[in-house]
Amino acid sequence: MGLRLEFQKRTEDHPKWLPAATSIGAVLLAFVISGFILKSVGADPLYIYSYFWTASFGSWGSISDVVVKATPLLLIGLGSALSFKMRLWNIGGEGQFYMGAFFASMVVLLPMVNLQTTPKIVVFGLMMVMGMVGGALFGFIPGVLRAKYNINEVITTLMLNYIAVYWNNYWIFGKYSDAGFQMTKMFPKVAWLPRLADYAKQYKFFSGITLHAGVIFGLIAAVIVWIILNKSRWGYKITLIGDNPKAARYAGLDITKNIILVFMFSGALAGLAGMAEVSGVVHRLQERISTSYGFSGVIVAWLAKLNPVAVIIVSILFGALIVAGREIQPSGVSFLIQGITLFLVISSDVLLKYTLRIERTGKHSKSIEPEAALTEEAK
Amino acid sequence: MNLNVIVHAGISTGTILLIAAIGEILTERAGIKNLGVEGMMLLGAMAGFKIAHETGNVWLGLLGAIFAGGILSLLHGLVTISFQADQTVSGLSLTFLGTGLALVMGEGLTGLTTPVVPNYTVPILSQIPYLGEVLFTNHNLLTYFGYLLIPISWFFIFKTKPGLHIRAVGEKPAAADTLGVSVYRIRYLYTFIGGCFAGLAGAAISIAISPGWYSHLTTSGQGWIAIALVIFAQWNPTRAALGGYLFGMLRRLLLDLQGPAMLLGGRNPFFYNHNLVFFLQMMPYALTVLALLWGSSGARRKRLGAPAALGEPYVRGERGL
Amino acid sequence: MNPIEPTTETFAVEMKDITLRFPGVLANDRVNFTLRKGEIHALLGENGAGKSTLMNVLMGLYKPNAGSIFVDGKRVSFNSPRDAIAAGIGMVHQHFMLVPNQTVTENILIGLDEPKFVLNLKKYDQKVKDLANQFGIQIDPTSLIWQLSVGEQQRVEILKILYRGAQILIMDEPTAVLAPQEANELIDTLKGMARQGKSIIFISHKLNEVTAVADRLTILRKGQTTAEGITLGGITRESLASLMVGREIIFNLHKQEQAAGNVVLELNKVSALNNKNLLALRDVDLCLREGEILGIAGVAGNGQSELVEVITGLRECTGHILLEGKNIANKSPQASIAAGLAHIPEDRIGVGSAPNLSLTKNVIMKNYDHEPISSDWRINYTAADLRAKELKEQYKIQAPTIETQARKLSGGNLQKLILARELSSKPRLIVAMQPTRGLDVGAIEGVQELLLEERTQGSAILLVSEDLDELLSLSDRIAVMYEGEIVGTLNQKDADINTIGLMMTGSLRGDSSCSPEEQTTPAQASAEEPTSEQEAVTTFTEPRQFDRSKIVPMHRPFMESKREDKQTDDEGGE
Repeated sequence: MGLRLEFQKRTEDHPKWLPAATSIGAVLLAFVISGFILKSVGADPLYIYSYFWTASFGSWGSISDVVVKATPLLLIGLGSALSFKMRLWNIGGEGQFYMGAFFASMVVLLPMVNLQTTPKIVVFGLMMVMGMVGGALFGFIPGVLRAKYNINEVITTLMLNYIAVYWNNYWIFGKYSDAGFQMTKMFPKVAWLPRLADYAKQYKFFSGITLHAGVIFGLIAAVIVWIILNKSRWGYKITLIGDNPKAARYAGLDITKNIILVFMFSGALAGLAGMAEVSGVVHRLQERISTSYGFSGVIVAWLAKLNPVAVIIVSILFGALIVAGREIQPSGVSFLIQGITLFLVISSDVLLKYTLRIERTGKHSKSIEPEAALTEEAK
Repeated sequence: MNLNVIVHAGISTGTILLIAAIGEILTERAGIKNLGVEGMMLLGAMAGFKIAHETGNVWLGLLGAIFAGGILSLLHGLVTISFQADQTVSGLSLTFLGTGLALVMGEGLTGLTTPVVPNYTVPILSQIPYLGEVLFTNHNLLTYFGYLLIPISWFFIFKTKPGLHIRAVGEKPAAADTLGVSVYRIRYLYTFIGGCFAGLAGAAISIAISPGWYSHLTTSGQGWIAIALVIFAQWNPTRAALGGYLFGMLRRLLLDLQGPAMLLGGRNPFFYNHNLVFFLQMMPYALTVLALLWGSSGARRKRLGAPAALGEPYVRGERGL
Repeated sequence: MNPIEPTTETFAVEMKDITLRFPGVLANDRVNFTLRKGEIHALLGENGAGKSTLMNVLMGLYKPNAGSIFVDGKRVSFNSPRDAIAAGIGMVHQHFMLVPNQTVTENILIGLDEPKFVLNLKKYDQKVKDLANQFGIQIDPTSLIWQLSVGEQQRVEILKILYRGAQILIMDEPTAVLAPQEANELIDTLKGMARQGKSIIFISHKLNEVTAVADRLTILRKGQTTAEGITLGGITRESLASLMVGREIIFNLHKQEQAAGNVVLELNKVSALNNKNLLALRDVDLCLREGEILGIAGVAGNGQSELVEVITGLRECTGHILLEGKNIANKSPQASIAAGLAHIPEDRIGVGSAPNLSLTKNVIMKNYDHEPISSDWRINYTAADLRAKELKEQYKIQAPTIETQARKLSGGNLQKLILARELSSKPRLIVAMQPTRGLDVGAIEGVQELLLEERTQGSAILLVSEDLDELLSLSDRIAVMYEGEIVGTLNQKDADINTIGLMMTGSLRGDSSCSPEEQTTPAQASAEEPTSEQEAVTTFTEPRQFDRSKIVPMHRPFMESKREDKQTDDEGGE
């Protein structure tokens, strides 16, 4: 006698609230499991978690920091969501982010326009465009390789991540280094995205608040991605190709073109995030501007079940994790929690397809193969 | 720059890729794609280092690394085989999880020293002119293990009954199932074995071939390169070994390019402008992409492909059963 | 129970009161079944009646919820196919269970205790050869499965079972994939095996075939036994049919004689490669007119899929394909769709639909960029839903709502969904591949009626089917394919199963011309002179003169290139 778990294929649709519930449950459970792991290596999980809370949501200043960190996650998460919708595993958010930062910086570093005379809005506009071009370029390469030569995009995007980092390092150290440091000279103010702190003279409350206009890009992008996915022809094509590429081809869709387009769009969003980071946060091109935003963006998209609105919420949560994780020991905690969360989310997807039944088993346990009902029909 | 040194070093570091790639070949041949190699390697590297440091016994370290990689891979097995989750996403999350675990548990290990797997010169074979010097002189014991692994794994996959079953499960699981071969058991088993190999490959870095723990830089993407190698090698261990060694030599060559002031009769640009070295560091990753491109056209020419059921969850009763 | 049966007889297999429940379906409901030693026992029933499920229970693939199984009089409980195999039972599945890139011998050795570890293939090649000779089966044990024809693959499946020393063979619809003559050969082989003491279960839904092969038969309907172990003497086909279907089958389709109109589709010297880069279509000439159904007959894998794919724009080819005078060869699928082509694909789930998307999103698959669904970059989902509702009503698609995912539909309803989408676009040409395969009888009639209605309305229809009965009842003309060629075209009224069968195996060549009026039976062909009208439409078809010497022996022109490919097998590596 014993207990056994039995999965049964759902014959009805799952309840509407279930996906959200599984995501929330996964996050909570991830904290619990990480707690046990931290305990086992001698750390105090309760202390760490309470530190997490104060470090991220403890003051207006820290909340603003969280939103600043959430901005690149939001943009990269949206790009990932769009490409995952088509079952394209663009893990290259990191590299696309770096290339976006590089291309946007070139506007100032070359410089591409006269920084003394050109109006602020033009400088921004150009930096945004260049950032997106840089990201799209690093989306285009794996896109073409996948679409034309069927080369695994997970590996190519990952390799391009490394390449982008070294590429940036060359220019940072080799060409534009500020006295040999791992950064360029500070950009002139004309290339800074407006921050709330800039208005501290009028509104005292804003002093020290680092929140910059990049978050608006993120919110607008969320709306655009939502419209693409739910209202547009292109979104329909993406959904159709993602669900069944053979059916899409049969319906006359150009899959090659759409793979490349989605990759470029996804890369452009990551590139925009890179631009926002150099223009809104560090105000220069420097080494290690990303703390694995590219990878966290992947998890954000998955945890949000590829829903653009949910991406906003999840990216704030992960922004908090990054802000708090910066100063805490052991250093891998936020990585650990992210990894466990993603694992739990994909495991919990089984609950969307199957119902779980716990039953006592005796000698005559009965097992039924869940998919078996299809047997006769499949023929 | 000395050719012998490059070949010798290439075989040494290539062994790491070889072990990881052969593990992944076994997993993928059974139809499971595990993209978590990087995470499993890092966890293995950490576990091996930590255990070897604390016990003072390097062999226990190796064992621990194998075990750590294997256990982590079982999570992938659970999620993809039993829960039928997407193998790509699961593999990615395994990378995050392995990295996170390794960093958390490996806190404070940087800079410590451990016993390492010893080097060894094979008595008679090392006397063979040239080959003896690069193949059998002062190599790590794990390198010799790598030599043995190539023919053994090839023979195992293509010439034995368990190998026949792996290939059947990876190509047409329903056929294996109807003949009483348990698809789930085989997939779990070889996912586990692949994980063990990845763990060992990690330890081969941290306590054998280039000893030390440098947190996430210990593996620096070699797990991903190993996966690329599997595709490049068209799921054949011999080709994977060849690719691994070549890759190792290339890395060493790139490193050695920075040394001399003169190169090919001219001024060595890498010597005079140290920043150009970033481009050399980029090369392994760029070459991986190029190798995939080259490999894919070769595979297309010969009409070779991945195991037909790679990445597909198997459920009895779907499609034709 | 048959009264003459001695009650003490030990059956090879006895299944009592087998019940198997799947979520939402009662697949087997207290089913009884007995198999005598040395007999061929037919298991008859429509698609979906529970035949395969019952046999999968016997094979240990499913555990029944209730009931008992006896093999040789001993009660058994199988947990996996391994147990069933050990008890001497083997099954040839309808879809072959073979690993394509392994050799015949390797496939046979999977799952056996012997060899223990090292595969000594040479030794086992010989064993396989000896066994094949014993039962008069021709096969080369070293060939790779994908190099074999369907008939040969079936032989491998049978050998697989015999090699395991099986006394009981289950054949799941074994003739469905064979040409009639091949089927007769198979039946002879089976009879021979029965004489050597093997007991054979023969699953089928074809009445005439069953009467030719079976000693006794059991009939299932909707998961229940309607006749158990009856002998054939004194039973009419009509009563068998009603036991199987539960009502009188009326096979009178409303097909009216009508004259074909203008040429809609013309193929001129079309050749194409298959996925393995081997020549799969060779200089195919075809022509199809308004209001005409052209059936394509042939054993699976003789180029039918490739033919459909080149016409629908899914595969590259050489030669010309004219749809209403426009060349659509090597254009995109979009070009064919725009030119008025509708395609009912063979694989409904894999190609014809997006399984996880709603009915609505499946319905607009081909007109998502047209009014009223969409006029600019947006999609008007209100209009799309309206359209889906209309079609759901009109084609009687049974689904809870239009939000339901396509994969939740039954096979018949999914096919109706595809037909609704394809036929509602008022196509000029309909390419239908195996449109009724796997459907139950009611659904089959529905699909066939719809196709005939389109014919009445003047569409040209290319119907590819492996079911000769279906082809004969629906088509106006039947073209037979063999090894990538059209070996002959027959008028429906002149066609008979035997002639088609000979053509399907390449033993007979006929005439192929376009005009139905001029279509002749092979025997008459040599006497006919092409008329001027015929020349006008067949400028590219040289009518092949029929001649007895053209009864060519079986030839396999692909063989040489296939052999070369062996080197590219995995083991050919370093």
